[in-house]
Amino acid sequence: MSDVKKIATRQAYGEALAELGEKYENLVVMDADLAASTKTAMFKKKYPDRFFDAGIAEANMVSMAAGLATAGKIVFASSFAMFATGRAYEQIRNSVGHCGLNVKIAATHGGITVGEDGATHQCLEDVSLMRNIPGMVVCVPSDYVEAKEAVKAAIEHEGPVFLRFGRSNVPVINDREDYKFELGKGVVLKEGSDVTIIGTGVCVDSVLQAEKMLAEEGINAQIVNIHTIKPIDEELITQCAIKTGKIVTVEEHSVIGGLGSAVCDVVCKTHPVPVCKIGIQDQFGTSGSADVLMKYFRLDAQGVYEQVKEFLGK
Amino acid sequence: MENIELKKIANEVRKGIIISTHAGKSGHPGGSLSAADIFTYLYFEEMNIDPKNPKNPDRDRFVLSKGHTAPGLYSALAMKGFFPFEDLTSLRHLGSYLQGHPDMHLTPGVDISTGSLGQGVSNAVGMALAGRMDKKDYRVYTLLGDGELEEGQVWEAAMFAGFQKLDNLCVIVDNNGLQIDGSIDEVCSPNPIDKKFEAFNFHVVKADAHDFDSLRAAFKEARDTKRMPTAIICTSVKGKGISFMENQAGWHGVAPNDEQKEAALNELKKAGEELCQM
Repeated sequence: MSDVKKIATRQAYGEALAELGEKYENLVVMDADLAASTKTAMFKKKYPDRFFDAGIAEANMVSMAAGLATAGKIVFASSFAMFATGRAYEQIRNSVGHCGLNVKIAATHGGITVGEDGATHQCLEDVSLMRNIPGMVVCVPSDYVEAKEAVKAAIEHEGPVFLRFGRSNVPVINDREDYKFELGKGVVLKEGSDVTIIGTGVCVDSVLQAEKMLAEEGINAQIVNIHTIKPIDEELITQCAIKTGKIVTVEEHSVIGGLGSAVCDVVCKTHPVPVCKIGIQDQFGTSGSADVLMKYFRLDAQGVYEQVKEFLGK
Repeated sequence: MENIELKKIANEVRKGIIISTHAGKSGHPGGSLSAADIFTYLYFEEMNIDPKNPKNPDRDRFVLSKGHTAPGLYSALAMKGFFPFEDLTSLRHLGSYLQGHPDMHLTPGVDISTGSLGQGVSNAVGMALAGRMDKKDYRVYTLLGDGELEEGQVWEAAMFAGFQKLDNLCVIVDNNGLQIDGSIDEVCSPNPIDKKFEAFNFHVVKADAHDFDSLRAAFKEARDTKRMPTAIICTSVKGKGISFMENQAGWHGVAPNDEQKEAALNELKKAGEELCQM
């Protein structure tokens, strides 16, 4: 495992913006005094005339982004997930969502893997907040490769998009020839019959590792990566429910309103099956390193393995 | 356009406000009436807009940051020919393109949807920024209420606009002195408004919201001001033009009933006749 390449998805975000700036002349990037951390500084360096720092004023940043979008700009507005979606929620809802404008809320530092900064900076509600806005696309890439593709797809998609990136370095798991990214389409990473484990974001790696541990004990799990939580791949999730009869969801987010809730919304409509929602159980985060916190909140491979077994009664 | 013509149009705009809020059985006549002359001046004298081509990328933009005074905006847009004046009676009805607060996708001539106070001014700053990036010479106007200045976002936007020296931006404050809970000085005073905008690196002009010479001079000064945005602080009377609505906070968000509508329209009819004799 030691030779697995690890890169933060925010790094992919910054690189993608800088790379795509040439092709998309109407691409504009905004930040709220966190350009070095969100990696939008890479775009700023290359295209200073198309980068605007709003200062520490997220609400104004988002509403200005909407104004820019009315004049035909594709605007990426970035900050930490907590402030981008929490502080500026109503601006996103009214200035961006209700107006249906071409603004991409690209938030970094989502979830507990923010690490040491602790609870005030660990947003565990962003997916929930963005999911409930009509017309908003919600995408949580799992690694560097997927994050880059997600940025491209967000640009190509006309309308509001929320992208969630992470702070910490995470394994590159999608670096393969046949990898294809399609907004709204889930990816089956392994076929199985006993249970479907659906992961999103950094948790997809935990799920892949947990699968190996379960396999050793004869549990044949189907593994799915849902990078687009809205619109969610209803067809695939329904197929999984029919095929395996049980579903586990794993997310670095509150289990209220995130991936788990979105999956439940699908199966309760199409093919009800028991669902185990692994994630942050209605609580705030805390300080600690990213790795330690993934373990503490049982989102690492061991934690997922144990919770899947508990769910299966084994 | 001569002032007398502008006055006649403003009188019709006021009739539209009364007719629409009465028909909608709700809405905000007080702040619509205080801004009626400002709407009239903007749409009939100041702004480069064409009702036949409302999406022209080179047009001037207007953002009604105090979105609740949509009846005033709709009435001016109808008078300008963006849609039939008769449709004002559909205000706030199910299926109407005249929503309670402006909707950019439903109403011709509305540049962005507003209503949540404080956001429109930021939208306008974004538009002004886009104009500068694209080297267009359009101007962006946004109208705020004085109570709205209590929203922190207004000052985030002002800080950015002043810092960026957005001289294509004109912020207009409808300073009628009243908000829902009473006088702005009793609720949470935003005064001194002029000094605040000056501190945020705006050029500040004061005007009488009901005097077209004063508005003409103020908007000219705004256009002539370079390398900084302008804020025009317009002293106004809430409910202006309807005797029993003037200076009454209670008319902020209450529609006239049948009797009040008739009384108000009679006053405006009389005012219109007097203007015709001038």
